[in-house]
Amino acid sequence: MSLTRDKKLWMYRKMLEIRHFELEVDRLFKANMIWGTCHLSVGEEASAVGSIAALEDGDMITSTHRGHGHCLAKGGELPEMFAELLGKETGYCRGRGGSMHIADLEKGNLGANGIVGGGIPIATGAALASKMKKDGKVTLCFFGDGAANQGCFHEAVNLAAVNKLPIVYICENNLYGMSVPFRKASSVENIADRAAAYSMPGRVVDGNDVEAVYEAVKEAVDRARRGEGPSLIENKTYRWLGHSKSDANVYRTKEEIEEWKQRCPIKRYRQKLINDGAASEQELDRIEKEVEQAIQEAIEYAKNSPEPRVEDIMDGVYA
Amino acid sequence: MPEKLYIDALREGLREEMLRDENVFIIGEDVGLYGGAFGVTKGLFQEFGEDRVKDTPISEAAIAGAAVGAALCGMRPVAEIMFFDFFTIAMDQLVNQGAKNRYMFGGKAKVPMVIRGPMGCGTGAAAQHSQSFPAVFAHFPGLKVVMPSTPYDVKGLIKASIRDDNPVVFAEHKLLYRVKGEVPEEEYIVPLGKADIKRKGKDITIVAGSIMVIRALEAAKQLEQEGIDVEVVDPRTLKPLDMGTIVDSVKKTGRVIIVEDDPMSFGWGAEVAAGIASSSAFDYLDAPIKRLAGLDIPIPYNPNLEKHAVPQVEDIVKAIKDILE
Ligand SMILES: Cc1ncc(C[n+]2csc(CCOP(=O)(O)OP(=O)(O)O)c2C)c(N)n1
Ligand SMILES: [Mg+2]
Repeated sequence: MSLTRDKKLWMYRKMLEIRHFELEVDRLFKANMIWGTCHLSVGEEASAVGSIAALEDGDMITSTHRGHGHCLAKGGELPEMFAELLGKETGYCRGRGGSMHIADLEKGNLGANGIVGGGIPIATGAALASKMKKDGKVTLCFFGDGAANQGCFHEAVNLAAVNKLPIVYICENNLYGMSVPFRKASSVENIADRAAAYSMPGRVVDGNDVEAVYEAVKEAVDRARRGEGPSLIENKTYRWLGHSKSDANVYRTKEEIEEWKQRCPIKRYRQKLINDGAASEQELDRIEKEVEQAIQEAIEYAKNSPEPRVEDIMDGVYA
Repeated sequence: MPEKLYIDALREGLREEMLRDENVFIIGEDVGLYGGAFGVTKGLFQEFGEDRVKDTPISEAAIAGAAVGAALCGMRPVAEIMFFDFFTIAMDQLVNQGAKNRYMFGGKAKVPMVIRGPMGCGTGAAAQHSQSFPAVFAHFPGLKVVMPSTPYDVKGLIKASIRDDNPVVFAEHKLLYRVKGEVPEEEYIVPLGKADIKRKGKDITIVAGSIMVIRALEAAKQLEQEGIDVEVVDPRTLKPLDMGTIVDSVKKTGRVIIVEDDPMSFGWGAEVAAGIASSSAFDYLDAPIKRLAGLDIPIPYNPNLEKHAVPQVEDIVKAIKDILE
């Protein structure tokens, strides 16, 4: 595999950034500094990071309601993200969108989504534009196991397959769609099995192994860039925390959650980097310190940012 | 009379109808063990089992369409859509199929179903989890549209909606779930198509629906201190719309303000205003008909912007003072 040491360390740093960002968001929520709701991806970081590591800078993604990780991995800025969650004018959406609607168009992030499955046709349209413009870009489309049961999933994937669009569909299967277990919502064992229905490659990956995710997605991205059409990749993973702010986790056991915590993608990668001699403990500790510091600075920036002005409330509905 | 929460009264209505008629069943996302995203169906899964309180995959089109199909075949489904915003995904099955089946089939079919869910802003859930748009459905012949504002009404109206032989869109404002009010112990029904005078007054009529009834009553209380006597009329169902009660009220007070939670443009308030203007109440009007409604924007996340996106108590108070000046 062609993973450079720099890329490996980037992946480690990004996973840590996402983890610390989200734990901090959780704290800010509990301190009533963040309003509304939000969905954390703690435990799923390898899926976002390994997938996006396979992209080039100009490539695009669509994200989901559980999208902080996708945004950060695609180059999202911590200060603008915190500012958005705090509803500030300096946030990604000028405080209009909040957690579920963060988009970073300059970096190729076409947006998180409050509608489960809502991003799937949009990603398909982005890939259609790339094909028409012949710009050589690839789109990664993130969605959950639950979203794969929306009609728009089937419609969009079929559309991409018949048109050989440059897109990779990434199902982040964390075994639940809110309280409903995956096995009660899907008649097939893997979402990737559905790829066969649209004659495209489908592959199941250990979603907590960041390098395995990278390799699988890279292969699919290369294929898409060569004009050979879409693929479907399923990262099997698990969310450690509740579905959203208000979830008492009645539908799963403590044991199950604990078992998955043992498979922490970050701890696991840290061990691997050290075992492989790719990095020293001290080096990895230093990265963690840098990440923590950047996060604290970003929170300060967000706290000190101005609120949106009520006079501007009508701005931006139409172009 | 015992006081109950809106959400509990709604659940009681569902439960009573499920006990009364075994064809009544609930279908939706996370309605089972989880009890619904807002807790409306809590406990029903344990009482009635998974066949009658059915969790589905995340598939709103299939939920709505399955409700239509089951209703065509004699069942009485109550479909829950987790947030009102997601009705758009269920839209084709509801408006092109369910709403039209009876007429298209020469009056031979019936589609006795309810499709319900929480609308409205005020929780910071932003643009895709906050919109109120019940009026959209009132535009489709074949659908009935209900939006109860009190615990009493929600219970009586859910029962009437379940017993109705037509598809009924049942819009609950999520801020109402925690509102308390009197609910009798004995069984009762609130018929569709009957407005209710929530407060009697002689100086001005407020026509308000859903959450805006609560705000209108609060505004009326404040205005009372200043000697202004406000009447509050709640249509309760948008379709059928009880214009008679509204017209009578306006004839009495001579002034009217319509307060909606939906965006202003093409809202149900325009329908009510047109109804008043073209009725016998026209000659009694001492001031132009006034409307207050949501701004024509997607609901913003920032709490202060969000608050300004829809009418609040102080907006109603100010508007009424302006009219009376
Ligand atoms: C169209 C639509 N239906 C329902 C919801 C409510 N909802 C939000 S997230 C979610 C579960 C999504 O499951 P999945 O796609 O597996 O993603 P996960 O939350 O597990 O990351 C549900 C039901 C929604 N936001 N949009
Ligand atoms: Mg899931």
